[in-house]
Amino acid sequence: MKLSALVCTVVSVLLIGSQAAYADKWGDQFPHISATGDIPGMGSYEAMSKKDYSGRTLRINTHAIPVMGEPTALHAEQFEKLTGAKVEITHTPAGDLFSKAMIPFQAGQAPYDIVFGFSNFINEWKRYLAPVPQRYVDQMDDVTASHIAIASWDGAMYQYPVDGDRHYLKYRKDVIDNPKMQAKYKADTGKELRVPRTWKEYGEIATYFNGWDWDGDGEKEYGSAEVMKKDDLMYAAFYSRSAAYSKNPNTPGGFFFDLKTMEPLINKPGFVEALTDWVEAAKYVPPGGINFGLGDEINSFGGGQTLFSFSWDDAFVAAMQPDSPITNQVGAAQLPGAEKVWNRKTNSWDEGFNQAPFFVWGWAVGVAEKSKNKDIAFDYLCFFANGANHQADLGIGRFGVNPFMEADFEVDIWTKLGWDPQVAKEYVQTLADMEKSTNRVFPLRVPGTFQFNSALATGTAKALAGQLSPQEALDEVAAEWKSIIERVGVDNVRKAYAVGVKMEDNEL
Amino acid sequence: MNFKHKFVFLLPGLIVLIGIIIFPILFTIRLSFSGWNSFNPELDFIGIKNYIRLFTADPRFWQSFFRLSFLAITTVFIQYVIGFALAHMVWKDIKFKRFFRVLFLIPMMTTPVIMTVIWRTFFHESLGPLNDFLSLFGMQPAWLSSPGLAKIAIIVVEVWQWTSFMFLLLLAGLLSLPKEPFLAAAIDGASSFKKFIYVTFPLMAPISIGAIIIRLIEASKIMDTVFVLTSGGPGTSTETSSYYIFIKGLREFQMGYAATVSFTYLIIMIISLTIISKVLTKVLMKE
Repeated sequence: MKLSALVCTVVSVLLIGSQAAYADKWGDQFPHISATGDIPGMGSYEAMSKKDYSGRTLRINTHAIPVMGEPTALHAEQFEKLTGAKVEITHTPAGDLFSKAMIPFQAGQAPYDIVFGFSNFINEWKRYLAPVPQRYVDQMDDVTASHIAIASWDGAMYQYPVDGDRHYLKYRKDVIDNPKMQAKYKADTGKELRVPRTWKEYGEIATYFNGWDWDGDGEKEYGSAEVMKKDDLMYAAFYSRSAAYSKNPNTPGGFFFDLKTMEPLINKPGFVEALTDWVEAAKYVPPGGINFGLGDEINSFGGGQTLFSFSWDDAFVAAMQPDSPITNQVGAAQLPGAEKVWNRKTNSWDEGFNQAPFFVWGWAVGVAEKSKNKDIAFDYLCFFANGANHQADLGIGRFGVNPFMEADFEVDIWTKLGWDPQVAKEYVQTLADMEKSTNRVFPLRVPGTFQFNSALATGTAKALAGQLSPQEALDEVAAEWKSIIERVGVDNVRKAYAVGVKMEDNEL
Repeated sequence: MNFKHKFVFLLPGLIVLIGIIIFPILFTIRLSFSGWNSFNPELDFIGIKNYIRLFTADPRFWQSFFRLSFLAITTVFIQYVIGFALAHMVWKDIKFKRFFRVLFLIPMMTTPVIMTVIWRTFFHESLGPLNDFLSLFGMQPAWLSSPGLAKIAIIVVEVWQWTSFMFLLLLAGLLSLPKEPFLAAAIDGASSFKKFIYVTFPLMAPISIGAIIIRLIEASKIMDTVFVLTSGGPGTSTETSSYYIFIKGLREFQMGYAATVSFTYLIIMIISLTIISKVLTKVLMKE
């Protein structure tokens, strides 16, 4: 027994030691992954070091630094060292990513081997992108089903998953969970202070905490930071606010349009109610808040200026970084719901609580069909998203890399980054619950997506600025959407929209 | 030298002219009759559909055009008044004349987009220094989120950036004026004010018209200031024609329609500026 125990001990030590030595080998050379070392896999550091791409050049068009641009550049530098390839990177502002790739695509050129963009580009980009080879898809067993679906079209994957996005609620735990604040709120309003269940409750709490110094730092704080700036992703924020009022689980067949008739639903009472709430919200955002873009929202909430925020993960991760003034004082929850949801079949409100997570589009990346470097390009993307890089990237808010793998929903990953276990638990629970929801909304991915979203942004911006009432603004949007459908062709839009509806109706 | 030799010498210039001016205009005209967009990347022919849409179903373009007219005329007028005053000041013998001449030119030498980013920070309603200062007096204007103040913010930035250009042209004009009329006026005992009204201003009319027209042409393309400062908001209250064309072409990728709007806008500007030029000539050079 003693001998076998000794042998077991020696073997265990050797195994653990060799694993540690393996991890250290790459962790020492590449400090970015020092916390985990290399993690074995098809795109691992070890696997890439065996490739030789000397004398070949990979060209990438990515976003400006830091969001996605910084990890692209960092992983390119690592990839160069490992494989000998030369990587040339162009950084482009978010608003120009689509056109910068689309113009050469339409001209039959491929100035970039890899193009970064957003997942809702897929319908218009897919004909110019190479499908992800099956051997890469086969090793994505940890990528969530939602994000496999978002990256694919008609069964073929065109966008390599490097990021996962959804909108959710962020709040200040040090206020909402604070017994003194709860007592004060109760005394002043007669209501419980808690994580808001509905948008109406969100508005009430945000209004109460607007314009006074509730954290004692000598500065005024405000109710909510939201993306309200026209042409800066505001339409995504509006869809988030609309989902609970308009995504009725009892009326499958379309959130944006009625799939059968292709009638826009954007001016129906569910959306109008959401826009009415949003116009009210202009009163509890910081001064100038209706001009906040995504960067302003991240800085405002991440800098401790507001009680609530909702949008992508970045503001939450930024708030949780060690240099943030509110580290471990923030909580995550699903987007608020509503006490009623519009039923387009009965033309009336269905009373009762309704909640609908919005799987907003996120960063996506594809390889040009006309690229002569597809082999290097896919290897680079596989390397970008390997386990070690992904875990390291997740913890850096400004990178814009967010959970899209099942393993990302483990609390340990986040506590290792210094997160409070309770905060980490709430965060992963929120994301996991969204994955499990059967009443989800996915982004619009039809021909002319940009026209539809731009029309919506213009309409909602007019309502926020007081130029039109919510109903007038959305009637204008609906009229514009009808014109777009007419120009694009109703069958073209319906065919593409049906794919998204299947996802929303849990048929994919 | 016979005709053929002359043609050979002209050819390089003609090729460049055709390549960089004529071809893009002709291509834009052709594009304006197509439905080229993100899902239909073809130079097809759809007749005058885009033009019908522009003239019958696109009030947003016309609103942006009238907004642009207001912004362009206002900014150029203010630039002219301030530019003339500054040029007149350093035209005379004052201390540190050379220093002031360089100082007044600095805004024009800065990069417009960078300076607008700085102005945006300056106007930022909760974090900017301007409201920080004004809050001492109990004021916190919504510079970028109120339709009226957002227009004023754009005017301020445009005036700050381009008054230098007006100053430069007007100073050059003042320095080239003949001395005799001023001597005659001095002998007649004319006051400084009368000298300005009856001598300086009329003599400066040709250069003033040139400067105003050049600036109006530039101001009619206001885009970078709007893009960085307000993105056309709040709502559509600061959207200008150039910004609208940018949205249609490069954001919504409606290339065919953007070409239609661009070409129509070009025609309107040519007609408008010709009329403005004639009117200015008639008014300022009547004597």
